[in-house]
Amino acid sequence: MKQFKISILIFLVLSFVFGILYPLSMTGIGQILFPKKANGSVVFLNGRIIGSELVGQSFKSPWYFHGRPSVVNYDASNSGASNFGPTNKKFIDQVREAAERVKRENGLPADAKLPPDMVLASASGLDPDISLESALVQVNRIARVRGIDRPLVIEILNKTREKQYFNLFGNSFVNVLKLNLALDDLQKRK
Amino acid sequence: MYYYDIIFITSFFILLIISSVLLGKYMAGLYDGKRTFLSPVIRPLELFIYRLCGISETEEMTWKRYARAFVIFNATGIAFLFLLQTAQGFLPLNPQRLPGVRWDTALNAAVSFVTNTNWQSYGGETTMSYLTQMLGLAVQNFLSAGIGMAVVLPLIRGFISRESETVGNIWVDLTRSVLYILLPLSIVVCLVLISLGVVQTLKPSLIAHTLEGAQQVISVGPAASQIAIKQLGSNGGGFFNANSAHPFENPTFLSDLVENFSILLIPFAFVFMFGYMIKKSRQGRALFMVMLILFIMGLGIMLYAEYQPSPALTHAGLAAPVNINMEGKETRFGVLWSALWSQSTTVTSNGSVNSMHDSFMPLSGLVQMFNIGIGEVIFGGVGVGLIGMLFYVILSMFVAGLMIGRTPEYLGKKLGPYEMVMAMISMLLPMIALVIFSAIAISTAAGISSLNNPSSHGLSEILYAYSSAHGNNGSAFAGLNANIVFYNCTLAAGMLIGRFATILPALAVAGSLAKKKIVPDSGATFPTTGVMFIIVVISVIIIMGALTFFPVYSLGPILEHLFLNELKLF
Repeated sequence: MKQFKISILIFLVLSFVFGILYPLSMTGIGQILFPKKANGSVVFLNGRIIGSELVGQSFKSPWYFHGRPSVVNYDASNSGASNFGPTNKKFIDQVREAAERVKRENGLPADAKLPPDMVLASASGLDPDISLESALVQVNRIARVRGIDRPLVIEILNKTREKQYFNLFGNSFVNVLKLNLALDDLQKRK
Repeated sequence: MYYYDIIFITSFFILLIISSVLLGKYMAGLYDGKRTFLSPVIRPLELFIYRLCGISETEEMTWKRYARAFVIFNATGIAFLFLLQTAQGFLPLNPQRLPGVRWDTALNAAVSFVTNTNWQSYGGETTMSYLTQMLGLAVQNFLSAGIGMAVVLPLIRGFISRESETVGNIWVDLTRSVLYILLPLSIVVCLVLISLGVVQTLKPSLIAHTLEGAQQVISVGPAASQIAIKQLGSNGGGFFNANSAHPFENPTFLSDLVENFSILLIPFAFVFMFGYMIKKSRQGRALFMVMLILFIMGLGIMLYAEYQPSPALTHAGLAAPVNINMEGKETRFGVLWSALWSQSTTVTSNGSVNSMHDSFMPLSGLVQMFNIGIGEVIFGGVGVGLIGMLFYVILSMFVAGLMIGRTPEYLGKKLGPYEMVMAMISMLLPMIALVIFSAIAISTAAGISSLNNPSSHGLSEILYAYSSAHGNNGSAFAGLNANIVFYNCTLAAGMLIGRFATILPALAVAGSLAKKKIVPDSGATFPTTGVMFIIVVISVIIIMGALTFFPVYSLGPILEHLFLNELKLF
């Protein structure tokens, strides 16, 4: 009986420490020290929230770089993945379909080999990045639709891309939202 | 994989080992009742809690009282968490106005978080209010980890003490674990994660108008405080559905390193702490080597499997750069860091994921399931992992004893039939239960109806679910829709079996060992620090796992591997 009482008491006390004191003080400190990050790294444009730089958003129009396929269609209130196994026929059929669409959109030959992340869905459905290869596949289309020179697009791509391993070496990739914002910014300035 | 990847991973592990040796030393002192450098700050709070709850710090418990208190504490946690979830609709801090959680989901989640499994049949951002996450789930992240760390101590004390009736005080062990180890580490990790972009706010979801003019609702919440402890305490339950693949849980490459480090830190430290507590750090190092070798073997197989381009993908016209098998993986982590995480999370009983295990190559799935199936003894969950490993050591010493014809002993304690029986219960009960539950699931309509993938991969989905439940892991082949009454209930039962069948026998063995004398080393004692010992334990673990699971693995991941290479799709 004594153990029973102790059990309930210590449960309540520790719940108060870890369920209320700890998260609320962390929220307080986080909001003071890193207000932008703690609130979701929001990106504003003309005073309106256009998204979070960490969360991918859907891009379908030809004048924007496109992100990876998303099972939840970039619904950031309900993250998720395909969870397809490697021998699932439905999975491979969808990959083929996606590959055909990407080739068609970017005017690539039918036997072109595509970078995998361009047609394979991410784990969160909210992947904000694409590999550099996937960006390069789209450069010609962007240049054509926006009526700017290809080298200029590549220059912006180079400026925007992120490098892993503290910028020393490793794969690099690019944040699609930042890249598209940089493109819009350039054309507005012109 | 490039040369600098290897350099990077090696440095990661060197840093991890150094940190965990230091932490292990700190923990050994703490549990021995010595003053630590944090005592000036935490000791008053500790004493205040004892006074408030009527705990006597010097009171010692027999193993039976310790075990009874453990069961009562778990029952309290399950009851409270169940009620909190079902009532969340009427409670504050629920800006998205989520309704109360359905009974079977709530039951499953309550058992899941209290047993340190953190299996989730629900999606976090669409099911649980901020209050439930903070006051229910995150609290259990601390408490289930703390109690898991506490219960290994009686077993260690059993090896040290001579002819003693008692094994320690569970409330003191619990309080010290959560206050001196988990809380300070969580505060540090939480603040680092916020600085890297993990959200920590009580505001409702963001509403964004995207560049293309669509509306995007972005879930946020008090995530960082929960994620810090979920990684440190071998919990693994995600704040968001996509777990640590979600950009707000794990936004950058650096946050990935910090979180992966946190997953392994305390499990590593426990092994070194064991050596320090028994005052024979070479014994701790020998166990560490066993674990490290098994870890590297598993990681090696997984990296090999993931770097092979899937024949089905190359056939579908994809190029084959380094990161080809990217389905269910995030760009910022790529194949390498997804595989390292996957290995880390399945060997410890963590279960958080930064990539979707369902979409890994078949042989990777095999490694993941094996890591969990053997009982997560390769470092293992905080505290309980060491229990599992010590049981394998007891079994190995028994096997070695049979070979050389001597009574088995470990650290000067003779191991009798009682210890052997308890060790076998602890190992076999979860393994047998998981195979039986899987068999029931694949032969009933309710079990089959939830599959996301056909054929042998479907079998793997079911097998993985029950492995994860019985191993108290919590990761999933998440295609399986487990949020139905059948899975919620059977998996909850599995989690309870996994938790109690590991810990109660361990406490019984602790009680029995504590009563025994310590016999001095004779010349004929099998040395438990050398290469021979390490080889014997590794072999016993692999043989044990292979004997139990090989038949069903050959129908699941192994068969799927063969199908994939023959380009046979389903």
